[in-house]
Amino acid sequence: MLVGALGSLLLLLLGADIPPMYLLAASLVVAAAGLAVGVAQVKPHFHARQAIERVIRWVLTGAAMISIFTTFGILFSIISEALRFFQMHSFWDFITGTTWNPGASFLAAAGRGDGSSAEFGSVPLFAGTFMITAIALLVAVPIGLLSAVYMSEYAPQRVRTIAKPVLEVLAGIPTVVYGFFAAITVAPIIVNIAGFFGLDASYNNAVAPGIVMGIMIIPFISSLSDDVINSVPDSMRQGSLALGMTKGETIRDVVIPAALPGIISAALLGMSRALGETMIVVMAAGMRPNLTANPLEDMTTVTVRIVASLTGDQEFESAETLSAFALGLVLFVVTLTLNLVSVLMIRRFREKYRVNNL
Amino acid sequence: MSHSFDEISQQLKRRHRKSARLKWASMGALGLAGLFLVLFFADMLSKGLPAFQQAYINTEVRYTEEASRDGRQAFDQDLIPLISRTVVRVIPLQLRNNPEMIGTSEQRWMLATSEVDQYLKGHRNRLSDEEKAEIDERVAAGQVDLRFNKTFFGSGDSKIAENAGILSAVVGTIMTMIVTLLISFPIGVMTAIYLEEFAPDNRFTQIIEININNLAAIPSILFGLLGLAIFINFFGVPRSSPLAGGMTLALMTLPVIIIATRTALRSVPDSIRHAAFGVGCSRWQVVRDHVLPLAMPGIMTGSIIGLAEAMGEAAPLIIVGMVAFIPDVGASFTQAATVMPAQIFTWSGEPEQAFVEKTAGGILVLLSVLISLNAFAVVLRKKFERRW
Repeated sequence: MLVGALGSLLLLLLGADIPPMYLLAASLVVAAAGLAVGVAQVKPHFHARQAIERVIRWVLTGAAMISIFTTFGILFSIISEALRFFQMHSFWDFITGTTWNPGASFLAAAGRGDGSSAEFGSVPLFAGTFMITAIALLVAVPIGLLSAVYMSEYAPQRVRTIAKPVLEVLAGIPTVVYGFFAAITVAPIIVNIAGFFGLDASYNNAVAPGIVMGIMIIPFISSLSDDVINSVPDSMRQGSLALGMTKGETIRDVVIPAALPGIISAALLGMSRALGETMIVVMAAGMRPNLTANPLEDMTTVTVRIVASLTGDQEFESAETLSAFALGLVLFVVTLTLNLVSVLMIRRFREKYRVNNL
Repeated sequence: MSHSFDEISQQLKRRHRKSARLKWASMGALGLAGLFLVLFFADMLSKGLPAFQQAYINTEVRYTEEASRDGRQAFDQDLIPLISRTVVRVIPLQLRNNPEMIGTSEQRWMLATSEVDQYLKGHRNRLSDEEKAEIDERVAAGQVDLRFNKTFFGSGDSKIAENAGILSAVVGTIMTMIVTLLISFPIGVMTAIYLEEFAPDNRFTQIIEININNLAAIPSILFGLLGLAIFINFFGVPRSSPLAGGMTLALMTLPVIIIATRTALRSVPDSIRHAAFGVGCSRWQVVRDHVLPLAMPGIMTGSIIGLAEAMGEAAPLIIVGMVAFIPDVGASFTQAATVMPAQIFTWSGEPEQAFVEKTAGGILVLLSVLISLNAFAVVLRKKFERRW
């Protein structure tokens, strides 16, 4: 019946230049046909609702599958392109090589190479990534953890309700904005401070993006640590205070050790954020692969090289473009491992103290 | 070894001092985080607000016969290096379209070059001393002034600093967000409904759940690699288009919407479901007519926050090529476009001093959009929140 009605409506809409009489007749015919089909379907054992229910269930299952497809899509796209890269360059050289010089392959392809082949040794990239991540964590872990301690142990309710969303704002600022802040405001300050101590700092030093990235991940660490510290059972605090410990000693020697798995898990999540962060380092860190232990020099990171090799003018098939996928694969594996370890630690904490809201 | 009471009370004092130190340290940490935020916003405002004003020169424009061939003839010769090339260039065109204007003249505010603009704002510039003297003289006469920057809000990107605007990026962002929302909202809500209301508690469901939590933690740049390899290279979606960018961002926003929707669905009490089942509703009818409407405010809040997150994202869009130079305001889902974060990134790479200000101005626009979206989400939650 519904089909018939819809069909006739469609005919009425479509047939603007057909004489109305014919149109009316045609509509009636379609409507009658729909009625006939509908009547034929209606039988005592026909349960339209269950049929709809079945269809709905399949549609919903299909929607749920999309997230699985996304993961597989990421894995598949990265692995297949990375494999093509490893056919051109050995995996071992990629992991252990200390020179990243993809430009040579471009020159060689253009017939202007100086004979040296392109080198894809990713060690300097990872060194830069870990240097910047380490600086970020040095900023974020103490500030984040202490903020969480203040909010859960000291702050009055009123301060809590204001401070928590304010901290969350730090996580909501787009990374491209942080990148600009790091490059235009923080980097010159670092250079000036270094100059004051007689040190020579590059404008693309690793400290500026590191600090700004640290500011960005403060809320990731403080928010999760706050939840974890809050769910340490009060009986432990009461026990400690009853034994004559001061409040500070209770926090340092009882609450924090009890919450440690959760705090480590928060730090790991923050670390995984920092490793995969792109815009801050693209805008504020260097482009030159540089294997150094001096954070005042310019260093580059994995994500910077991924962006650099995909925004150039190379063909998609070139080794440099494909190298981005190889780097992406390593990034994927590292962040996935960190996330999984973090989830496992939180789960252990939850089981130990039977907390349900984490 | 025994201690006298004096020593013990000394020790106790020390312990309490130590305890107080921890309190001050933790308070200081929170204060430091707040200070960062204040410094950051102060820095952005001081750098970005001047971008909303631009230098203009009030001068007589003579629409002579010569001016219809060479726009420069319409102005005093000593003003020509100070007036933006872009307005000089359009004068012959204007005269060709309106021949009756030839022979007349008028007093008009003309867009000045970015060098004049930067000089007026006290920044580094490349003007000669004579030019500076000329400007000072005209400022005193009220002929050179900073006025509201219509160009910044009304036009697209340009390589000429004073002519660059954010509009094409705003339009690109809107179109990209439409694609993102159209894809991620229905799929996200349906996935959440499946997981909360329909799914049996088996291995398959657990895999989906773990997988969604994982997706939420994957670095955004990897979604860009997916978009490049699958959407663009495999399915042939046009590079740099809002379609490609929107699809990539949709996958990124999906976990946010799913998690928010699940929380909202879970907060609807079971008694509602029992009552609906009790009067003979099927499972889908229960969800559609009772659970979903009650969960809607929560779902909307979560989706808006997810959308705001996607709106600020730049890395995956750069990978799918949305850093294109877009001078015209386009309105097509399949043609090259740019988005606000990508526009900010492009401008930040321009060497000219005037673009620093443009970048900060763009950042202010982006931040105010994000803040209003988040505020809207909070208001929505406050207004419709129900405690069961």
